[in-house]
Amino acid sequence: MRYDVFFAGYGGQGVLLAGNLLSYAAIHEAKNVSFFPSYGVEKRGGAAMCTVVFADGDTGSPVVGNPSVSLLLNQLSFDKYASKVKQGGICIVNSSLVETGGVELPGIEMVKVPMNQIAIDLGDVRMVNMVACGAYIEKSGALKSSSLEAALKKALPERNHKLIPANVKAMEAGAQAAKGKNA
Amino acid sequence: MTTVTAEKLFVKGNEAVAMAAIEAGCTCYFGYPITPQSDIPEYLSRELVKSGGEFLQAESEIGAINMVLGASAAGARAMTSSSGPGISLKQEGISYMAGSELPGVIVDIMRQGPGLGGIDASQADYWQATKGGGHGGYRIIVLAPNSVQEMYDLTMLAFDLSDIYRMPAMLLADSVIGQMKESITANPRPVVALPEKEWAVRGRTEGTLQNVVKSLKLGDGEMEKHHWKMDARYQELAEKESRWEEVDTADAELIVTAFGSTSRIARTAVSMARESGLKVGLLRPISLFPFPKKAYASLSERCKLFLSIELSTGQMVDDVRLAVARDAEVAFYGRPPGTGSLPTPEEIFEQIKKTCQACA
Repeated sequence: MRYDVFFAGYGGQGVLLAGNLLSYAAIHEAKNVSFFPSYGVEKRGGAAMCTVVFADGDTGSPVVGNPSVSLLLNQLSFDKYASKVKQGGICIVNSSLVETGGVELPGIEMVKVPMNQIAIDLGDVRMVNMVACGAYIEKSGALKSSSLEAALKKALPERNHKLIPANVKAMEAGAQAAKGKNA
Repeated sequence: MTTVTAEKLFVKGNEAVAMAAIEAGCTCYFGYPITPQSDIPEYLSRELVKSGGEFLQAESEIGAINMVLGASAAGARAMTSSSGPGISLKQEGISYMAGSELPGVIVDIMRQGPGLGGIDASQADYWQATKGGGHGGYRIIVLAPNSVQEMYDLTMLAFDLSDIYRMPAMLLADSVIGQMKESITANPRPVVALPEKEWAVRGRTEGTLQNVVKSLKLGDGEMEKHHWKMDARYQELAEKESRWEEVDTADAELIVTAFGSTSRIARTAVSMARESGLKVGLLRPISLFPFPKKAYASLSERCKLFLSIELSTGQMVDDVRLAVARDAEVAFYGRPPGTGSLPTPEEIFEQIKKTCQACA
């Protein structure tokens, strides 16, 4: 089985860390992983994207034109990439920041999760990427949530390990919000 | 950051190069920062010193390549790395190394050009790498990894081939392969019989002959002899060290060919073509010099249609056309480097369908 997921947002939303986290989780499940980042020269505010492909066999192309699952964390990414999701795929949208308007995505399941709001309610908006990861696990079923927990230890520097319980909570909240939800 | 997880490491392409250099016994690194390869000097500045090696950030790319020349002349395994603008500056030193028969590894993580260009991926330095980027009519070994695992493995191979053939070797990748992270196995350095560096200038003890490393050859017939010697070495390389990978070529009616990052994208496109019933295969050169001409020649005896995919307006396609049988057709699809110009597998699949239709 080969899974691919595309994350996009602006710099500072933790899009690249989220991609790293899923990669470590996939390695934890003994998969081969390819993580392909793309970002602007800015530390914050520019566009940030990454594609993660994981498979039991070859990961193949690190570049994916029509992702199976896309997580779009801001308006710009939604406008640019929502229509690229593969037929039968899932588009998970951060509805706190994205106005989907009347956009219809025929053949694509759109899942709206108020990621910023959930993160703020849990105490820190910076956990928006963890909420997104939780929503991804819930909708895709591609990785176990226990693998993501294990991955947090690898993806976060030691000094931030004290934050792991809060991040796990944010993932659980993301999963809960995405459960059975589509527009 | 690299972390161990049940044998597999999760490593950035550039870091894999740096790790492999240390494993390969590289004791001297000289470089100058430039995107998208700066992770290599960054990693080595921290780790090479720990393993007893020398790391030095040179005053310029020209300084760095000449330090590699010097360290290599003294018998050390030495390396430098850069990207387009810096690699252009290094050409003088690389030519002097070729003239002096010196080994040494040069890593080129290609970015856009000409000039300063931009930091996104490109394959437009294929000509510069494979045709002798400096003056004097020389070639260097050029290896083109297409995964982080190969960034690791081929770096070690580059050191060995460079020592065996006494010529510079280049690892040619781009910002896709350099910047992406993959799960890899950090293989141990392969056991290879390497020639003694009897020519190295290490300081003469009484009674031994003087070693001289130089590229100036003014003696009667000396230069001509050197050229024929280099030529013989290139023939030997072609014979023994041509490397390539074939996927689904046995019954293919169209063979897609690409190197490095594009070969990864093309490989998925080939799978898509197979799923749709098209008989398509992939031929990926791993060594760009020596170019695996025999692989093309032998496949083109049966398959008469090729499609070269590159991140340029067409460079490797020249070598493909020279290598295939005369009655074989070689089509080309390129995306010149530019932000957002990376082709998708779906896009290459479209080109495969078009090429098949045009020749049906």
